[in-house]
Amino acid sequence: MNRRTFLAALAAFPGARLLAAADAGPRMRVFGSLPRPERVRRVFAAGPPAAVLAHVLSPERLIGWPMPLSPEARAFLAPAVRERPFLGRLSGRGSTIPLEKLLALEPDLILDTGTVDATYLSAAENVHERTGIPYVLVPGRLADSPWQLSEAGRLLGVPERGATLAREAERLLTEARGALRAGARGPRVYVARGPDGLETVKEGSLNAESLALAGGRSVADGPGGGVARVSFEQVAAWQPEVVLTQDAGFFASARSDDRWSRLPALRAGRLHLVPSLPFGWLDGPPGVNRLVGLPWLASRLHGSPLGKEEVERVRAFHARFYGFSPERATLERMLAGA
Amino acid sequence: MPRWPWLLLGLLLTLAVLAGLAAGPIALGPGELLRALLGGPSAEGQATMVVWSLRLPRLAAALLVGAALSAAGTAYQAMFRNPLVSPDILGASAGAGMGAALAILFGLPTLGIQGAAFAGGLTAVGLVTLVAGRVRRHDPVLVLVLAGIAIGTLFSAGISLAKVLADPTVQLPSITFWLLGGLSASSPADVGRAAPLVAAGLLPLLLLRHRVDLLTLADEEAAALGEDVSRLRFTLIVSATLVTGASVAIAGIVGWVGLVVPHAARLLVGPRFARSLPAALLLGAAFVAIADTLARSAAAIELPLGILTAFVGAPAFLWLLARGGRFS
Repeated sequence: MNRRTFLAALAAFPGARLLAAADAGPRMRVFGSLPRPERVRRVFAAGPPAAVLAHVLSPERLIGWPMPLSPEARAFLAPAVRERPFLGRLSGRGSTIPLEKLLALEPDLILDTGTVDATYLSAAENVHERTGIPYVLVPGRLADSPWQLSEAGRLLGVPERGATLAREAERLLTEARGALRAGARGPRVYVARGPDGLETVKEGSLNAESLALAGGRSVADGPGGGVARVSFEQVAAWQPEVVLTQDAGFFASARSDDRWSRLPALRAGRLHLVPSLPFGWLDGPPGVNRLVGLPWLASRLHGSPLGKEEVERVRAFHARFYGFSPERATLERMLAGA
Repeated sequence: MPRWPWLLLGLLLTLAVLAGLAAGPIALGPGELLRALLGGPSAEGQATMVVWSLRLPRLAAALLVGAALSAAGTAYQAMFRNPLVSPDILGASAGAGMGAALAILFGLPTLGIQGAAFAGGLTAVGLVTLVAGRVRRHDPVLVLVLAGIAIGTLFSAGISLAKVLADPTVQLPSITFWLLGGLSASSPADVGRAAPLVAAGLLPLLLLRHRVDLLTLADEEAAALGEDVSRLRFTLIVSATLVTGASVAIAGIVGWVGLVVPHAARLLVGPRFARSLPAALLLGAAFVAIADTLARSAAAIELPLGILTAFVGAPAFLWLLARGGRFS
């Protein structure tokens, strides 16, 4: 068998085609026949990232939230959307909404995002086959946000808004990529997660995407999933230049903790609390909500404070993406620990 | 009785302590290590910090957890006259797990999670003894075991519910890591809080060590020998729950220690509780200290302690089983 016949034989396998498709960048997956965009009035978001995507594009079409929202998060959202009910999520066996309840909600479309594998695709297909509701997956990583925004915008019948937000996303991504001088190495960052700060995200994982885009490197790497547990001695051995956390409790306790406060990064004042309202800036959920965190992250990583302009920029992002800008004082409070 | 088992246990424990002090991602030579140890906790320098605020508290926590779980396992195996019993037989681990999972779900700080885990463990065992105390028509030991299974299942379902409701990117990993067990967060304060509780539970076990063997007789026979069986049983449950609850609160769920170590201890020093309890204390402390040293130094990321103890404990258990004949 020569190389050409081997490749031809390989391509004949469905699995090989899937692999090839994965290399060609993200593409939309549709189960069922898509309704015409103007007929899409009610959208069910399968998970938190999809809910954020649907919300920024067309809040009036989002029928509810797949995750419970804290009162603090609600206060950062437009009054009409913050009162939408918590419905549960669709995620294979981990689903928390019964299909019957899904049917009773009568959505015109199920929207889903995130990384896609064969298990996930078969679960999506299963939901469509059993309910008859069209199921659309717009996969992709943070760098694919512009494409996700414009594709989903077209699906939901708001192509102009999708295009506008996609341009804005592209601008934020380009700016973040440019924050690190060409050839320079970004700072080594420890992302402290969990109440004790000893869970972290590995370099190259989904949870460290914004960090990588803004020119930082997670000190933790290795095989396996995105989140790992580490010992404090390991953190001390890594000697991170910057420590980031999304946990307000840990942020408050670390600076007075005998061990954490001795880390060079903390002594240099480089422990930052990543804002997490209404959605996380680093992850939680891993959706387009992370875009607002990119300029912030770049400024903290490369030590170039944005000053007063920062609050204005965050406010502008909220106005443009979430259709609601919180009070300036509220944002200043949120950025105080940051 | 020969003295070699005690010498062996002492040697093993010494080795475990030395390995725990010497191993870790920050390289320290023997000289540096010794100077830091002799210099005391208030000396300056990185070695002092590594030894006194990182390795020693963690080693102390490992010794404490190992001793506690092994003691509880030995007590329960004697009390239930059953070699398959482990400290979570009465639902302590499931209760602690649910307490911790709820605390993580509600975003409580580390201290709150520990408190909730401890309270959850006590609540579960409290419910079991309450139920067992009200059922009088059956064998009391059997009722305890069955009530333990039912209450344990109830609390496990509570853990699952907390997992379903948790934020999948942020809270769910925390709950999962907690349930896998580990000592990476052990601070001197944690050890300071858990140690008195473990001591308070171990003391009655040690004081009653000569009477526990009476429980291997039928209740009537023990009573004929002048023993108040249900009171002794209740004391054992309270003591074992206290030590289990305190160790689960700081270490999460570390399986297999409380099941395997008592067997190995009996193999070494014979079945009498008065001898197997101290042997289990020493062996359990050494076992968890070694497992935790591996957990934190085998890779840059932590290997959950519960996984390591199962990997080592399950084959050891099978080996003991294959040798046969020398259980209870």
